Amino acid sequence: MKADATLDCVGLYCPMPIHQTANKLKELKTGQVLEVLASDEGIKEDAPAWCRATGNEFIGMEEQGGEIKVYIKKTK
Amino acid sequence: MAEKMTLIMFSGDMDKALAAFNLAIGGASIGMEVSMFFTFWGLNIIKKNEGSMKSKGIMRKMLNFMNRGGAKRAGLSKFHMFGMGKWMMGKLMKNVKSPSVQELMVMAHQSGVKFIACTTTIGMMGLGKEAFIPEVDSYAGVATYLADAKDGRINLFI
Repeated sequence: MKADATLDCVGLYCPMPIHQTANKLKELKTGQVLEVLASDEGIKEDAPAWCRATGNEFIGMEEQGGEIKVYIKKTK
Repeated sequence: MAEKMTLIMFSGDMDKALAAFNLAIGGASIGMEVSMFFTFWGLNIIKKNEGSMKSKGIMRKMLNFMNRGGAKRAGLSKFHMFGMGKWMMGKLMKNVKSPSVQELMVMAHQSGVKFIACTTTIGMMGLGKEAFIPEVDSYAGVATYLADAKDGRINLFI
């Protein structure tokens, strides 16, 4: 999937990935897509939940060998 | 207007503070207006680590000697074992790059979380504002907390 920016949260645990995602998304423009790399499984549920709570769009997720890639579109 | 989240920080335990700051940072990350009201033992978390223990009267002096406070001194609510359990927990947290209470506290404050200190407990313990970290946004009482909590979507007692 194509993204406008990437945030590396590999090795980080809650609340760091969502905290950093929230901060990183502030730097993006509306309509742009952020890719978040993570290793903590919690992100699979947390990223969609964070999007529901903030009104941003959860586009999808990819998983490869323990690394999880999450895609969030800034709509807010 | 942003939705409000309030936390009463009654406990001074390190593990409970970790959970609370985690929630506060999470709340701020979903755009909530978060405030933390520190009272009783919870005040220890926002005391300066190198803070003075100056206070009047023998009972207050004894209390503040035993109850020195500072986020780095906070102990575990379980398996503290005179600090050994805490030391081990700290190692485990470092291993997985998990932030400490002090680091989370700074992060929370930078995310806009407001810190309120309870003046009643401070008065009872005979402490001054100089005993507390500069991140404390205001010194107040129950009405201030309730005014926030009344509009709060999430109100927690830690």
